[in-house]
Amino acid sequence: MTIIHERPSNPAAGDEDRPIGYGRIQRKEDPRFVRGKGNYLDDIVLPGMLHGAILRAPVAHARLVSIDTTNALAHPKVLAVITGKDLLGLKLAWAPTLSADVQAVLVTDKVRFQGQEVAFVVAEDRYAARDALELIDVEYDVLPPVIDARKALDADAPVIRDEIEGKTDNHIFDWEIGDKAETEAVFASADVVVSQEMVYPRVHPAPMETCGAIADFDAVDGKLTLYETTQAPHAHRTLFAIVAGIPEHKIRVVSPDIGGGFGNKVGIYPGYILAVVGSIVTGKPVKWVEDRSENLMSTSFARDYIMQGEIAATRDGKILAVRTNVLADHGAFNATAQPTKNPAGFFSIFTGSYDLKAAYCSVTGVYTNKAPGGVAYACSFRVTEAVYLVERMVDILARKLEMDPAELRLKNFIKPEQFPYANKTGWVYDSGNYEPAMRLSMQLAGYDELRREQREKRERGELMGIGISFFTETVGAGPRKHFDIVGLGMADGAELRVHPTGRAVVRLSVQSQGQGHETTFAQIVAEELGIPPEDIDVVHGDTDQTPFGLGTYGSRSTPVSGGAVALVARKVREKAKLIAAAMLETRPEDLEWEKGRWFVKGDPGAGKTISEIAMAAHGTMTLPEGVDGNLDAEITYDPPNLTFPFGAYICVVDIDPGTGHVKVRRFIAVDDCGTRINPMIIEGQVHGGLTDGVGMALMEIIEFDADGNCLGGSFMDYLIPTAMEVPDWETGFTITPSPHHPIGAKGIGESATVGSPPAIVNAVVDALAPYGVVHMDMPCTPARVWAAMQGRARPPI
Amino acid sequence: MQISMTVNGNEVTSDIEPRVLLVHYIREVLGLTGTHWGCDTSNCGTCVVLMDGQPVKSCTVLAAMAAGHDIRTVEGLASGATLDPVQQGFMEEHGLQCGFCTPGMMLTARALLDKNPHPDTTEIRQAISGQICRCTGYATIVRSVQWAAAHPAGGDTDATVDEVIDGTDTVIEDLPAEIAETADNEVKA
Repeated sequence: MTIIHERPSNPAAGDEDRPIGYGRIQRKEDPRFVRGKGNYLDDIVLPGMLHGAILRAPVAHARLVSIDTTNALAHPKVLAVITGKDLLGLKLAWAPTLSADVQAVLVTDKVRFQGQEVAFVVAEDRYAARDALELIDVEYDVLPPVIDARKALDADAPVIRDEIEGKTDNHIFDWEIGDKAETEAVFASADVVVSQEMVYPRVHPAPMETCGAIADFDAVDGKLTLYETTQAPHAHRTLFAIVAGIPEHKIRVVSPDIGGGFGNKVGIYPGYILAVVGSIVTGKPVKWVEDRSENLMSTSFARDYIMQGEIAATRDGKILAVRTNVLADHGAFNATAQPTKNPAGFFSIFTGSYDLKAAYCSVTGVYTNKAPGGVAYACSFRVTEAVYLVERMVDILARKLEMDPAELRLKNFIKPEQFPYANKTGWVYDSGNYEPAMRLSMQLAGYDELRREQREKRERGELMGIGISFFTETVGAGPRKHFDIVGLGMADGAELRVHPTGRAVVRLSVQSQGQGHETTFAQIVAEELGIPPEDIDVVHGDTDQTPFGLGTYGSRSTPVSGGAVALVARKVREKAKLIAAAMLETRPEDLEWEKGRWFVKGDPGAGKTISEIAMAAHGTMTLPEGVDGNLDAEITYDPPNLTFPFGAYICVVDIDPGTGHVKVRRFIAVDDCGTRINPMIIEGQVHGGLTDGVGMALMEIIEFDADGNCLGGSFMDYLIPTAMEVPDWETGFTITPSPHHPIGAKGIGESATVGSPPAIVNAVVDALAPYGVVHMDMPCTPARVWAAMQGRARPPI
Repeated sequence: MQISMTVNGNEVTSDIEPRVLLVHYIREVLGLTGTHWGCDTSNCGTCVVLMDGQPVKSCTVLAAMAAGHDIRTVEGLASGATLDPVQQGFMEEHGLQCGFCTPGMMLTARALLDKNPHPDTTEIRQAISGQICRCTGYATIVRSVQWAAAHPAGGDTDATVDEVIDGTDTVIEDLPAEIAETADNEVKA
């Protein structure tokens, strides 16, 4: 049988055995976290700091008639109450979104979703600020809301964004990609065509730490220090300069330890701007931290795609084309966080891992009376939706053709020799070797044995399902000429300084939300320079101390900043070579590198370590011409292409026919993220994403009633997997390096979140095959599964 | 009102509003920010502390209700420079990522091991089932608690990053030849 085990630890490792470079080492950030010494936003207390709280709209759509703040202002601990009218005077009532729209910071004319920001109270303490919210009187004139995206474009639908001049409907954009005519031709001549409508419901990233900010505006020197829960501190600095009119050199954004992000902490929320206004108005630092209901009801949701999928194939199972039409619910403001030219994110990777003759999709975005957002929750800019669509469609096709879903996939994979592979929607997949990953996954699962067990159980009336998903991601945006966020090209800076004693500090633009950057990036420098990781400090999360870059999301830290760090270390290595040559009184071209040391070719005894070279660089020796007296370097890395991680997942579920309860019995995940830096951290990223998948497939949904009331506004209603809902994960890997990345790494942060939901739903639908179920929308809750078993699409209400 | 309690072995006395939650008292009055807050509904468990050795959600306990009781927070887990085996287990087995749920998870694990020094995986999962982790997928938390159970005296006291584990992680043996050959196949540029 296959044995998977951890290599034994070696606590006796001496100094000379300390690993430099890649491999499993403990995380450098853990000692502070296990002692409770992390420094999260709400842990920061500044002298004289005040507390803000937001009054939110109780209804989804209403005219604002009046606000009376008299009683709140009379509260002895209240210093300010800010309304939309006040912000109009400051030209801050509306702020630009990340998708070329605007969003109300505070309501001035009309409430557009339940939970929208109406007024901001600043008080001496947290409790008083909350008390004062109860003292504000607001009168609303309630309007009919638009809740069902399918009805948003009806002629009689209320117009949500009537403040936009000439706006007479709820349409945001139409976008298409692929060759429509060619795709139609392939479909017209195909032996087999299957189609299916599927809904990827609205879900929420819900990191354990909610969003918040502390604004500290110094009126004397005009400097704003803004502590924020943000995954993109540099982009926020630029946006605040644009939004608030504060010169950018007078803004410092600090992103401290982040208690999980998952895309929730990419955007700028009204609360952040209100904290800034509160600090300017009161002259004191103002902290605002949202509560869990505010987080779930008002900050960036994810998905909400209604997808019509079609797949065309030959009778013997050669997939020819995929086509889809999407209705995208963007909520009341178009505030999705994605590159400017990609209004549907990277959804166009819906061609999956298959060699197709044609592909086409069209996406229509609409406004509804719901919270804004759309790109979040480890989705890799909507690759989640794309992978779900194609992997469900392939399974539905397998059922139609009466083929095994693994066999159908194996038959249609892009072959290793076809890489780099240009797909039909404009992507060039950098590298891939899909069949070994699929076969390894099947082997780890014992696939044939599982199918045998399933046949036996079916004869006994037991419901067991086996689901497969094979995904290809596209992550690590730029290149900057193709991808930008509000005009900022998606490239990342890195700075490296080697101190005189050979210890180093590397400064990064990206910010960790738990991914272990302080360890991974130290390991990259260690591999390149031969300095042990513990001798390398990683500085991030402070715009005054780090170079510019676009931030951590879309699995881009390792693909982009990882490339920057490898290249900046190589730059230092080349500079060290020049200095070493001078020290050894030889020519640079006569030197050879071994990890940590330049030495004379053919004379290994004559060499200088990085440490010796660093001391010399800062010392008194005469340096070669053009070499500064330091061992430092900086770089901005513009990746030449995205990277394309992939994986093969197999899920085994058992369903209780009496209750409809789905139990994930096993989950086998084989991932290929190219070069692996710290396997422990990689495995952790995969485990977390698989748990997200169980949540989305079986439990999580943000629904609304007909009046627009959010039905997922607390953890009582928005269910997240606990240790009881997930199995002990089984993982494996293959390694197919990226050919263009400096170290061949591809990124892993979102692979499992992207790849796991279709595996689980495919398993559920497979288990329910005896009931004739071909498709089920997520989440596959007991009620929905039970209803599907009764031949109903949804449970009777 | 005036309240007194023992926190991490120290007697504390404070004048507070009667409505102050224990989590806010610990964080804001005592300045022990290792205890976190994550939801409004007693679901997430990131605020778990030990009250007389039992895990409680400190967002659902008034500070006044804790008067006269013995409270232990994450700051009271290590004794001096020596980490509790649970803390060391979380570092050894990657039981944390963002670190936000970690203090609560570790305190629950401590209480479990005090009661049941050799829990099986189901018992560990049940013990932490009132707490949510959004990062780890729980398997490594289970392993962390198992590590602590297997090392009741801890490891080499104050573990640091110097203490490393040799080699790489998962190695897969007995692969069929055709997969073993292709699994490490490098695609050339």
